[in-house]
Amino acid sequence: MTDATASTPAAPASGRRQSISLFRQDAHTKRRNAAETRFKAYGLTAVLVGLFFLIVLFGSIISNGLPAFTRTVVELELTLTQEQYEEAESKLLKTGAYRDFFIAAFDRELEERGVEVEYDAAALERILGKIGGNLREFYTANEDRLGQPVDFELSTSSRIDGYFNGRLKREDVRDSRFLMSTDLDLADELYAAGIMKSDFNWNFITGADSGVDNPGGAGIGASVVGSFFMMIVVLVLSLPIGVAASIYLEEFAPKNRWTDLIEVNISNLAAVPSIVFGILGLAVFIQFAGLPQSAPLVGGLVLTLMTLPTIIISTRASLKSVPPSIRDAALGVGASKMQAVFHHVLPLAMPGILTGTIIGLAQALGETAPLLLIGMVGFVARGYPDGFVSGFTEANSAMPAQIYTWAARADASFYEKAWGGIIILLLFLMTMNIIAIVLRRRFERRW
Amino acid sequence: MSFAKMTASTLAIAAVSASAAVAQSRDNVQVAGSSTVLPYASIVAEVFGDNTDFPTPVVESGGSSAGLKRFCEGVGENTIDVANASRAIRPSEVETCAANGVEDIIEVRIGYDGIVFASQQDGPAFNAFEPADIYQALAGQLIVDGELVDNPNETWADVNADLPDVEIAAFIPGTKHGTREVFEEKVLLVGCENTGAFEAMVEMGMSEDDAEGACIDVRTDGKSVDIDGDYTETLARIDSNPEGIGVFGLAFYENNTDKLKVATISGVAPSTETISSGEYPVSRPLYFYVKKAHIGVIPGLKEYAMFFVSDEVAGPGGPLSNYGLVPDPELAATQDKVANEVTMSEESM
Repeated sequence: MTDATASTPAAPASGRRQSISLFRQDAHTKRRNAAETRFKAYGLTAVLVGLFFLIVLFGSIISNGLPAFTRTVVELELTLTQEQYEEAESKLLKTGAYRDFFIAAFDRELEERGVEVEYDAAALERILGKIGGNLREFYTANEDRLGQPVDFELSTSSRIDGYFNGRLKREDVRDSRFLMSTDLDLADELYAAGIMKSDFNWNFITGADSGVDNPGGAGIGASVVGSFFMMIVVLVLSLPIGVAASIYLEEFAPKNRWTDLIEVNISNLAAVPSIVFGILGLAVFIQFAGLPQSAPLVGGLVLTLMTLPTIIISTRASLKSVPPSIRDAALGVGASKMQAVFHHVLPLAMPGILTGTIIGLAQALGETAPLLLIGMVGFVARGYPDGFVSGFTEANSAMPAQIYTWAARADASFYEKAWGGIIILLLFLMTMNIIAIVLRRRFERRW
Repeated sequence: MSFAKMTASTLAIAAVSASAAVAQSRDNVQVAGSSTVLPYASIVAEVFGDNTDFPTPVVESGGSSAGLKRFCEGVGENTIDVANASRAIRPSEVETCAANGVEDIIEVRIGYDGIVFASQQDGPAFNAFEPADIYQALAGQLIVDGELVDNPNETWADVNADLPDVEIAAFIPGTKHGTREVFEEKVLLVGCENTGAFEAMVEMGMSEDDAEGACIDVRTDGKSVDIDGDYTETLARIDSNPEGIGVFGLAFYENNTDKLKVATISGVAPSTETISSGEYPVSRPLYFYVKKAHIGVIPGLKEYAMFFVSDEVAGPGGPLSNYGLVPDPELAATQDKVANEVTMSEESM
């Protein structure tokens, strides 16, 4: 570029004008063309490198995350008697008692069917997941089903699950109290007999987090709900506040030192690391205002603070991009300043405002750091809130926080779940972006 | 700044009005603290939620010190009820607590956790470790010919001829972890004393405190790396370094036996049995602390504490010991303590 502009004026002075032909390029033109070709090649390479990494990223997300969506289950018909139910309910660890009943029934079933592989009750313990919770949940809700045979599909332990989805290789198995290599022979036979099978893991999409010893019970559903409530808070607060602030600053405020100062500070605020907002949220919303810990309401408020500058900056930019002629025309036919803004400028700026808002929301959706300090990162497994209002105040997690928590757990099965969670997070983001695009199309006007 | 303040105050007003509208008391137990205790606490929290009518407690991590700090912030619904710790509470922390109105604290010991050294499954076997070897490999300065010099050892074989001849590369927990303290006390200090370096340093004119400090001082030339993250980070480092050796919790190692090979210490391999018998030397008690003022205010708090230390949960064969916690032989005493709500100050009387 600089080369071309610097040396062109010098060319006619050297008197080479006669030798120029349209069909034969001189050395200088060749150099310029070569520079352009090179530049295009650089650009293309940059795009290709970007694409390559995108493909690698998506490839690894999908290949790592897909196993989270399937699970290995044991299918069994269980009849729980009234006495057994009462016995289990009288214990402190009720879920453990339910699990024992299931294992005993499983053992009888296998005996009847005549399984070739030798096994003991402990092997069944290792093969099955932490299923007591599911059983108790079912029977306490359906007491009338006691004494009747009920078909159950319950998850196997994370290691058996890992064996069937390819995470755990047989040769890597070292006998431990979690899994013996002989258990795999039994699992293989059960799988062949159809007692054990793989199916879609709905629980992963709808469930809540589970303890570290129960990867089969872990789901991301509750934290999706948590993220959803946080996004509602962010949207309801930051959109009106942000748009009002930028309309005032852009259209009404006098240009003086004060507004300059405010402008500089908004730009600075946009660059503040998000963890700072977390500390602020802990101090202001939890310790001062006394809002509940781990609540999506507080998370939403903190993320609102983080999103506001983004929304203000993009809203001001889109207000600025509306041609002044539109304002002048409106004012010229007698509209008041406010009418001009709300009837003419704002509708035209709407697509830009929406885009900015959705980008701000998307950024807030992926944020973990501010949530660390307000109690939303950790083990939060309350499940779904009882109602709409309690959804804001009941303890819940958020998707990125849930992914972060899973990635740190010892059982490799949770690592898979973390990747699966990323897929759900990306789907959520994509949905938001699609809504933004649809809204933008609707509001777009040409002039 | 004025804009930020305006926004903050607007939001604070909105928040206060919102809190007035939802003025309901917290109905779940709120726990925070040690990342070592977190797995156990999360197991108990889930089972507690499954087995009782109380909502599942919320368990946050962040480290023993951070948890106790939040615990000592005061009494009230916006403070945590339980702090998990992988070490006992310090007198200074008890003072801070008392200054903020948290006077009655119930100390609950839940069991023991083993600290193990493990290397990559395909790497060389470390089967001849003594605490002294680890001290000599990782100390910042060693005594050579009566003088304190920078650690000269390059390979494990330099330290002990029975160990494999590979470069020293150790991944140890960072200083914010409670595990680091145990590592310093039970491995480095013991090794320092066993080699006689401690005495030599005192003879050289150091005070005992200084000598102790020199014993637990870890080399900074890159052969020992502090890991501030979780064990998963240590595992990732071991995965990419066949000759590296890392410090893990017993439960974490047992969950990853397909990737990790454990090192013996003084010829004893770590397991719940060898740790509870005391044969394996590197273990430490795990605790949680309950704010007595919150019992009766926060529903389910006492029930949670009782449930945690019950025989079915924390005893042998329970879900905690199955995950890797070494059961406490004195669990019955702890159960009584929780049932009678005996605080630390009453205990010392």
